[in-house]
Amino acid sequence: MTTATVTGKTDEPVVGTRNYLTEGGVTLRSWLLTRDHKRIAILYTLSITLFFFVGGAAATLIRLNLVTPPGIFTPDVYNRLFTLHGIVMVWFFLIPSIPNTMGNFLIPLMIGAKDLAFPRLNLLSWYLYMAAGLLALFAIVIGGVDTGWTFYTPFSSMYSNGYVVLALAAVFTAGFSSILTGLNFIVTTHRMRAPGMTWYRLPVFVWSNYATSIIMVLATPVLAITLALVAVERLLQVGIFDPALGGDPLLFQHLFWFYSHPAVYIMILPGFGVISEVVPCFARKPLFGYKFVVWSSITISVIGFFVWAHHMFVAGISLYAGLVFSLLSYVIAVPSAIKVFNWTATLHKGWISFDAPMLYALGFIGLFTIGGLTGLFLANLAFDVHVTDTYFVVAHFHYIMVGGMVSAYFAGLHYWWPKVTGRLYHEWWARIAALLIFFGFNLTFFPQFILGYLGMQRRYFSYAPEFQLWNIFSSAGASVLAVGYVLPFFYLGWSLFRGQRAGANPWAATGLEWQTSSPPPTHNFDRTPTVTRPPYQYRPEPEPQDV
Amino acid sequence: MKSPSPKGLPRALLLTWVALLALLAATLALAYVPMSGPLNVAVALGISAGKALLVLAVFMKLFRASALTRAAAAAGLFWLGILFALAATDYLTRTVEPAGELSAPTGRNLPAEGR
Amino acid sequence: MSDARREPWPDPSPEPQYATMAQQAEAASFGMWVFLATEVLFFGGMLLAYAWARGSFPAGFAEAGRHTKIFIGSVNTVVLLTSSFTMAWAVNAAEHGRRRPTAWLLAATALLALLFLALKGVEYHQEWTEHLVPGLNFREEGPNAHAVELFYFLYFMLTGIHGIHVTIGIGLIAVTMVRAWRGAFSERYYTPVEVTGLYWHFVDIVWIFLYPLIYLVGRSGP
Repeated sequence: MTTATVTGKTDEPVVGTRNYLTEGGVTLRSWLLTRDHKRIAILYTLSITLFFFVGGAAATLIRLNLVTPPGIFTPDVYNRLFTLHGIVMVWFFLIPSIPNTMGNFLIPLMIGAKDLAFPRLNLLSWYLYMAAGLLALFAIVIGGVDTGWTFYTPFSSMYSNGYVVLALAAVFTAGFSSILTGLNFIVTTHRMRAPGMTWYRLPVFVWSNYATSIIMVLATPVLAITLALVAVERLLQVGIFDPALGGDPLLFQHLFWFYSHPAVYIMILPGFGVISEVVPCFARKPLFGYKFVVWSSITISVIGFFVWAHHMFVAGISLYAGLVFSLLSYVIAVPSAIKVFNWTATLHKGWISFDAPMLYALGFIGLFTIGGLTGLFLANLAFDVHVTDTYFVVAHFHYIMVGGMVSAYFAGLHYWWPKVTGRLYHEWWARIAALLIFFGFNLTFFPQFILGYLGMQRRYFSYAPEFQLWNIFSSAGASVLAVGYVLPFFYLGWSLFRGQRAGANPWAATGLEWQTSSPPPTHNFDRTPTVTRPPYQYRPEPEPQDV
Repeated sequence: MKSPSPKGLPRALLLTWVALLALLAATLALAYVPMSGPLNVAVALGISAGKALLVLAVFMKLFRASALTRAAAAAGLFWLGILFALAATDYLTRTVEPAGELSAPTGRNLPAEGR
Repeated sequence: MSDARREPWPDPSPEPQYATMAQQAEAASFGMWVFLATEVLFFGGMLLAYAWARGSFPAGFAEAGRHTKIFIGSVNTVVLLTSSFTMAWAVNAAEHGRRRPTAWLLAATALLALLFLALKGVEYHQEWTEHLVPGLNFREEGPNAHAVELFYFLYFMLTGIHGIHVTIGIGLIAVTMVRAWRGAFSERYYTPVEVTGLYWHFVDIVWIFLYPLIYLVGRSGP
């Protein structure tokens, strides 16, 4: 495709000559059979955006239903809505969100490699993801599932009248997509680093994705086999989870949460990575306590496996197990807190500029802190008994997943958008969207802490009249949030065609990914770079922003 | 990294194979010997662990593998250990109440809740 | 690949993302080890279920264990251990650049694997005729019938998924064998043989643990 060889002008690339978007052809076939990690990242971005809007639509309907009790949907439709929302958001948006889009795009660039270790496996992972996603959508279209995303037995294996087996097959398949991605990242990080790229010179984003990959590889198979057991139990009416068959429903919960609690860290660790890139760049300071940030990520990926039964405090586990898991759940707050302290210390005396990625990142730090601290409440046995299965829990994990991870996703999306597309978006629209999302998010979910504390149960289609005021606040916030999420769709879409060309390094950031042109060439670097310095060598003084 | 005998049958592999078959015979025979309590299980699993170690060390060349490879091999076992150990904190300390009638009403046929 | 036959030891060039063949080989073998760690946990879920069920119903499991076909099971264990041995030997031959022996040993491994599956099929057939298949034709009387059904549920899940792994292994070994025969490997490049070998040994190790958990339960008891 390329005819002109650009020499000596790598910092001002001419779009349409030498970059991954045009090299190798622009046909659909060239995209669907690509092995380029950057193109696969784009495929992922498009598909998870689709699922984000599907899951978001369900959330909108849920909040619409909860404006007035008893709502506008039948209980059955409501059950299907929140199940759809949970399954799609967890497995088809949050789990793959940052690793499969930005991780895929950036890890080889950040470590100075030409591609991931196994490009074909990477493409296979996307196809598995798509097959799983289409299977899930199919299950939804033909009638839906009403088990909740947790598929608790024996309801899922015996009593539910939804298309549970199809949904299980979808999640099973998505799990293998996730395993292959994790495997690819681990091998790539170990074996593909450029000369001089020692472990302590890796950007924290790479470390975070590495820690995430450990969880993906070691937790997901347990989920896969557990869901397979549920499916067989449902199909053949024999099994080990249904007490009526002599099984133990808590066994399902143990196995399920052995995956699904660490999965929470799959969803948040990559966000830590993004924030650790954005904060130093817009504070113009090196990341404070790099080694602490790195090792807290690795610690989380291990201790994250030690806490799962705090989801089961009222499910009938022994008191001894409850005490053990409560204690361990407190322990995991330590590495998370280390990170928050390190980001705030990085901001201290920094030369802070409030560009859109930084606004999202600052929002992340605040919301994640609230989500994390309320998590400590829930780790406390006595308090947990009071608020289990109430909106307090819903608010807590949405502060982590939406306030935290989705904010981090948008921070990363804006930060690397010029690198990925070669274009700049409209800064003011981006800032407005960031503020709308922050404001709308708090309006949606803060009332839910209060509702939960007052005793409003989650997953019910209706509620007692005295809860209505807070629910109206929450639903009003959801509409603000929806506007905030739709806005980027327009201004980022606009920038693709009309946005200003971005230089190689519009933020004057450090990191290998900014040393190559925007968008990068197919093999990332003209010459394999040699790394001589640790990351985040920012100087605390104003530098001219080249825009 | 080559085995000592370039031609023909490498002796280490052959010996390992013989050892594996011997361990198999041992575990089969010992299974018929009544032992107290869970000792039969412990012996059977112990012999299995021995066989697995032989396969790992010799056939899969773990004894001369890099630290990284050994770490990957250990990771699976370590995480399996987490699963069993922490699940055991529940199962080994649970107070079991006598179960009721297994065919008690389960709610499957309850009338749908109207609005 | 086919013209490699006339030039027996071509120096293959690495895939574009790698700098050297050594890097490619290390990545492939490390990748397989990571995959095997995944597999440990994949079987681990069922093993925890087994541990729980056996702990809860020791008498029922002992009774069920005595229904298993210990002769076929033991012969199959010999078959798989031997196939692991031929596989290790094949890797050794490939390491020394002995093309034909590599291919023959891989063929032997695949044949042993097929024998394993055939015996497993005979065993499944016997269990079907004895009405030991939960959910499809299970018929068992007595106080422990329930636990026996749980045992056989886990038995079919564990051996079924292990059988799928064996089947995949046969496919991998067959492809590697054809490539070895055509001279795709040399002392300098035999990564696919090695990686296939790692996978196959893992399948063997899973069986090493399944054997006592399935066939040796309750053998010493009444």
